[in-house]
Amino acid sequence: MSLDTVAQAIAHPDTAQPFKELGLKPDEYGRIKEILGRRPTSSELAMYSVMWSEHCSYKSSKVHLKQFGEKAPKSDALLVGIGENAGVVDVGQGYAVTFKIESHNHPSFVEPYQGAATGVGGIVRDILTMGARPIAVMDPLRFGPADAPDTRRVLPGIIAGVGGYGNCLGLPNIGGEVVFDETYIGNPLVNALCVGVMRHSDIKLAKAAGAGNLVVLYGAKTGGDGIGGVSVLASETFGDGGSTKRPSVQVGDPFVEKVLIECSLEIFAEDLVVGIQDLGGAGLSCATSELASGGSGGMKVQLDKVPLRDPSLSPEEILMSESQERMCAIVQPSKIARFLEICKKWDVTVTVIGEVTDGKHLEITWNGELIVDVPPRTVAHDGPVYNRPLAQPEYIDRVNAEKISVPMPQSSAEIKVALLKLVSAPNMADKSWVTAQYDKYVQGNTIQAQPDDSGMVRIDEKTHLGVAIATDANANWSYLNPYQGAKLALAEAARNIATAGARPLAVTNCLNFGSPEDPGVMWQFAESVRGLADGCLEMGLPVTGGNVSFYNQTGEVAILPTPVIGVLGVIDDVRTRTPMSFNKAGLELYLLGTTHSDLAGSEWAFLHGQRGGNSPTADLQNEMNLIEVLLAGRSQKIFTAAHDLSQGGLAMSITEMVLRHMVGATISLKNVANDLLSETPGRVIVAIESSQAGALSDLCAKYKTPVSKLGTTGGDSLVINETTISLQELKIAHTSTFPRLFG
Amino acid sequence: MRVGVVTFPGTLDDRDAARAVCAGGSEAIELWHGDADLKNVDVVILPGGFSYGDYLRCGAISRFAPVMTSIIEQANKGMPLLGICNGFQVLCESHLLPGALTRNSDLHFLCKDQVISIENTNTPWTSSFSKGQEILIPLKNGEGSFQCDDATLASLEGDGQIIARYVGENPNGSRNMIAGITNARGNVVGLMPHPEHAIDALTGPSADGLGFFTSILNAMVK
Repeated sequence: MSLDTVAQAIAHPDTAQPFKELGLKPDEYGRIKEILGRRPTSSELAMYSVMWSEHCSYKSSKVHLKQFGEKAPKSDALLVGIGENAGVVDVGQGYAVTFKIESHNHPSFVEPYQGAATGVGGIVRDILTMGARPIAVMDPLRFGPADAPDTRRVLPGIIAGVGGYGNCLGLPNIGGEVVFDETYIGNPLVNALCVGVMRHSDIKLAKAAGAGNLVVLYGAKTGGDGIGGVSVLASETFGDGGSTKRPSVQVGDPFVEKVLIECSLEIFAEDLVVGIQDLGGAGLSCATSELASGGSGGMKVQLDKVPLRDPSLSPEEILMSESQERMCAIVQPSKIARFLEICKKWDVTVTVIGEVTDGKHLEITWNGELIVDVPPRTVAHDGPVYNRPLAQPEYIDRVNAEKISVPMPQSSAEIKVALLKLVSAPNMADKSWVTAQYDKYVQGNTIQAQPDDSGMVRIDEKTHLGVAIATDANANWSYLNPYQGAKLALAEAARNIATAGARPLAVTNCLNFGSPEDPGVMWQFAESVRGLADGCLEMGLPVTGGNVSFYNQTGEVAILPTPVIGVLGVIDDVRTRTPMSFNKAGLELYLLGTTHSDLAGSEWAFLHGQRGGNSPTADLQNEMNLIEVLLAGRSQKIFTAAHDLSQGGLAMSITEMVLRHMVGATISLKNVANDLLSETPGRVIVAIESSQAGALSDLCAKYKTPVSKLGTTGGDSLVINETTISLQELKIAHTSTFPRLFG
Repeated sequence: MRVGVVTFPGTLDDRDAARAVCAGGSEAIELWHGDADLKNVDVVILPGGFSYGDYLRCGAISRFAPVMTSIIEQANKGMPLLGICNGFQVLCESHLLPGALTRNSDLHFLCKDQVISIENTNTPWTSSFSKGQEILIPLKNGEGSFQCDDATLASLEGDGQIIARYVGENPNGSRNMIAGITNARGNVVGLMPHPEHAIDALTGPSADGLGFFTSILNAMVK
């Protein structure tokens, strides 16, 4: 194929172009011609197609996501907001923390190990790009039913991929979720979160400023992997009988990324870059157009200088390649010598591929011939925006009208059977089989990790300042009421931070949905965004960034709406955190919050094949009061332990507490079945020394939080009214599910 | 006392090892894989990680790094040397220790809090423990299963070269539950679990690992 240059495009305006195959709609192709005043060259078409894909351009979600800006609460903590690679928040003492969550769902279905691995790799580079040292990762995962054959194919590979990549980078994995539901068959969700820390003065941005500054590509060489990954993979629904699309999945090399991290941090420490961008989705197309439009717009790139793993790659393929472990920096000429020296020290391939100009266009040449000449903003930011039709799906009224009818255990024998059934269910069972494959100790700052309510890492060894992070989603509630579901997930994540005594500070999100071309799905999405934006405004928590993953559906069946909400919090002294469980007898157990009859969307209903009724309504004022109780209880040293109640209700939480250190408890409940199984939000179990009972009562009165005594700790059984279950039996039930299913 | 901590490309636990050295009362000196200069250190630690991506075999490439030439030379003269996890693998590849570390028997990476018993307290790295003392420290690796031929195993057992064994269930299929060994001279120690991650109960399962770092200080200042 001959080289398609700008001159060719002008000379031969009617050449047919494969825009449809590249995922562009006819009107989008027309718009490109309008922008350029001519047909695009094949290289320009490649760039627009990947950058205007759903994955990169957020074309279906933009009109909704702007609520996060419009409804943003006033926050002094936000240093860098939505739009950059990741948001940055001030956590005090001169430290800035950046965190973000992203999806890598479709690639992980096609090729579980590499899909999950490169999902971790991509989010880590986003964090690095902000100038931060990555300090921890988390991975909320969702799969089809635990016993489904395809789950046995994807789950082990995804877990091994998350571990294989993250472990090799030296990043502790401090938490996540593993949830099973039939709608995730064929659509596993792999969301990866990374958090990084830096000093305020070290924040880096993606901008190419200063004419004459050099465009430097460093890291791995460019290969043919991941070409078209963005447009072909992430923006189409899988149908039956299609090709497996394996060539579009990137292949990761965590060793190269680890070296790239250390090399980049050394470069940042010497202040050698003006701007920086990682190469992830849409590769060089994204990095060059975003850097150029972040600056004054002008940039010249000699594409033939890009070092290649495969010398047969065409310019279009080089622009679209999603080869991993690459970074693009803007460097002043006076600093390039030192930059090259540091790369040499780390054996990192580095090439000057172009320079910033004082023009307005991104110009890319191939062996001296102009093949791209575009205003970079039109590629990076002026993609199409769709206000897609949305309509409340018919199922909503139907399922909301359903009455939950599940067995409610009354006798001792029934209670025991119910409890053992619940704690051994795949969604509730002990996840050590998963987390044992992740290094949680590396870097030596991990304070909390799974199965704690939140992950917590120390960021200063002298002052003991730390951050806590939790991710949550309750797709069952979101299915029944997406607006409430998003608010409830936000509240739960914030509560999970606060149980340890960390103050919630900022929010990230990964919004996983079906096809935006289905008005019902689009309604679920719009309602979820509205709920999250309203919730964040009410709770005073800014959204710092996030990710949207559409097209998670097989045929007509979409996944449950799954907005995964991540909340970051700060704690002034990690040594004084409230642990999630107790390791001594004689403590008093109290329930904070009130238990209603909330079985709709509960794990107990799910276990009985029911997904109807109305989700609880989020009461964020109550949640904020509860958070104040938890924070004050920590600082006043009232609590010995505190543990959130969520999926599985009180039954699950008390089980997790007694099994943590194998110290039992005796509790008495008035309405035993409902008290154990209801999932009313806004509740926490606390353990206190009996001498603190008065202080607890005063604290709860101050913050208008209901409190009731549950019982006491001690013994080698869990005793609930007249029902006694030995901890040994409980432990076997809770811990044997995953080894039995996955070996 | 000056304790050298080597960084290869892909080393992960170098900062943790340096922190543990300081907590044990010594000074940590950074050593770079490409530099044969040992900077007058008294002893050396090869920390954990995935040096050179563990490509080919774990530790197989690191063994040829310029720094290793100097380290092997000094170790053969009696300098105390501790290899943790990937460092243990490097020591085996360097033939400073016998045997090899292979894939865990269940083929998964495994991160867990592991009880080990200290079997030999005569090395400079284990002298502050008591024989048979059980300690709790993290184990985290994908290739931690210690293997060697029968003759080597018999001599390791016979000569008291096994410095630590796993207690409870065998976590990775290691022969004779071996968690760590020493050379005949007793100055080179390889250990699969990570004492540097157990110097403070705040960030590790215990502070039991600190004993390795206080042992070496005691041994050297004596």
